[in-house]
Amino acid sequence: MAVSVDEAVSTGPAPDHTPAARRLGGRGRSGLEVALLIVLAVVMLFPVLWMIETSIKDNRDVYAIPAKFFGFNVTMDHFRDVFVAPGGGRSALSVAFLNSVVVAGVSTLLATVLGVPAAWAYSRFSVRAKKDQLFFILSTRFMPPVVVVVPIFLMYRQVGLIDSKIGLILIYAAFNVPFTIWMMKGFVDEVPAEYEDAAMLDGYTRLQAFWRYTLPLLVPGIAATAVFALIFSWNEFVFAIFLTSSDDVRTAPPAIAGLIGGTTTDWGLVAAASVVFALPVLVFAYLVRKHLVAGVTLGAVRR
Amino acid sequence: MAGIEVTALHKRYPDGTVAVDHVDLSIGDGELFVMLGPSGCGKTTTLRAIAGLERQTTGDIHIGNTLVNDLPPADRDIAMVFQFYALYPHLKTRDNLAFPLRAEGLPKAEVHKRVNEAARLMQLGPLLDRRPRQLSGGEQQRVALARALVRRPRAFLMDEPLTNLDAELRADMRTEIKHLQGELGATMVYVTHDQVEAMSLGHRIAILNKGRVEQIGTPLEVYDRPASLFCAAFIGSPPMNLIEVEVADGTLRSKGGLVLTPPPGLPRDRSLVAGVRPEALEVTEPGAERSVPARVVSAEWLGDEIIYVVDYGGQHDVRVRMPPTVRFATDARVGLRHTGATPAVYDVSTEELVA
Repeated sequence: MAVSVDEAVSTGPAPDHTPAARRLGGRGRSGLEVALLIVLAVVMLFPVLWMIETSIKDNRDVYAIPAKFFGFNVTMDHFRDVFVAPGGGRSALSVAFLNSVVVAGVSTLLATVLGVPAAWAYSRFSVRAKKDQLFFILSTRFMPPVVVVVPIFLMYRQVGLIDSKIGLILIYAAFNVPFTIWMMKGFVDEVPAEYEDAAMLDGYTRLQAFWRYTLPLLVPGIAATAVFALIFSWNEFVFAIFLTSSDDVRTAPPAIAGLIGGTTTDWGLVAAASVVFALPVLVFAYLVRKHLVAGVTLGAVRR
Repeated sequence: MAGIEVTALHKRYPDGTVAVDHVDLSIGDGELFVMLGPSGCGKTTTLRAIAGLERQTTGDIHIGNTLVNDLPPADRDIAMVFQFYALYPHLKTRDNLAFPLRAEGLPKAEVHKRVNEAARLMQLGPLLDRRPRQLSGGEQQRVALARALVRRPRAFLMDEPLTNLDAELRADMRTEIKHLQGELGATMVYVTHDQVEAMSLGHRIAILNKGRVEQIGTPLEVYDRPASLFCAAFIGSPPMNLIEVEVADGTLRSKGGLVLTPPPGLPRDRSLVAGVRPEALEVTEPGAERSVPARVVSAEWLGDEIIYVVDYGGQHDVRVRMPPTVRFATDARVGLRHTGATPAVYDVSTEELVA
């Protein structure tokens, strides 16, 4: 989650400069700022650049000592290897990517379908011990998920969910539902309940009123929430590596990790797979960056 | 149009909060009935129960001759106007007005006719093709009123419809609502926390406090003889002066020696408080006939009147309404006397009117 929040913030406007920096004024300020920003950008972006570079380097250049920053031979072989098995046919990695799409997509859908109506209910209705219930829901996110990996593993083995996509989908949805409820409740609170009241007096049932009036007004909120849920499911590594083992089920993060180790590591392939893995999330986050920032800053301004 | 009967209404939320303790109301056909009270007094919950947006825990609600306890809001044939207007943001004024009619499934021609009629009544002609976001607060509220009108419902429920408007607009809309109600002969239940609104609009006013009705009466009845200390403090600006008194020698006498005319039938053995309106007192030159010595603490110059705050005897902060021609400086030694009719007298322990 932390990664996605960072991304979201970085898409927003640049943070305010301190008064001290302002006072430097004119060229001095901009020169110092530019220098610092360049240093920061290099530190932040170097691993990414290196990954991209490695993914298009010839194998010889990948392992060259000293390392070649420029003037290497460009090849697309690694990207071919990501999708095509050495003997032809689909590679294990391409299956893993497909699994990631299915698992992340379905678990996000599930969390949204369950979480949005729940958030609406918590926002609109007077429920016994509402605050305690909401606190309990939130409390499931207090611990790092890895804490429950072993109990979940044992339970899954009992009920036969080990090494299945359904198992991963369920556990990701379980982690995303509390998040969805909390984030969506904020958005629902912002939509005046009077719309539903008015629609009910105009002849609709409560559910119709929700469906026709409140839901359309919630779309930006749902988009922001779903993106966060999707990024979590897409990036999740620990549960994926503990709960799955076969190539048919395994998602991309453990599959890519699985490339490392053994006698040799094909770094070109690792880099290419990582690029392919990172790309959808980056593109997606870029497309919905406004909603992401809305999600991060939600509740900062009161009506 | 129809009258509304609310009998022994009680509403308790699942979390244990009692929003309405016990409310009985009998609202006449064609009456403009105002429910007045501070926030949390249960007035809005009562209104929402009448609308069917809340289900009461116990008690009955009749609209006309129909028991509506178990009817959903849509089947109660009532219209409601909300504080936040609740206009559908994605619809133009015209479609906002037509919306409830289309929901009823009326033929197009009839919808068109009724929308135009309501638009004419509320002077919305130029606004028909705008969306709510392009309308000012006052315009939005007029559209909301028109949307309630097109339905030709049996009763109108108004939930603080003017609270979000600025003062000038509020006065205009008040006149407009009163005029409209009279013209249509509509039954209207109007919820507000603003006593000026209640006094100027209502045929009758119900004052609610802590989920109970404290008093029901015409504006004048409520103003002249508040039924409880709560009502006395709530109605009027500035509110009634509550002065501790005792019965002595056939008069009501307060600690500082101020003498009031006693109403008949006063109990002798209880501690009493007299409710004296600021206009029933007079600030005089010191030593004037029947006056007690007092001191001006402060004066609010309102232009058309002056509100003097005076201390006398053991009594602090007594408010007196005087014409702007009578001027005393702050800290001046003055006289204070009672000029009004017999005051309302309350029992301190029960907080209710005793005579």
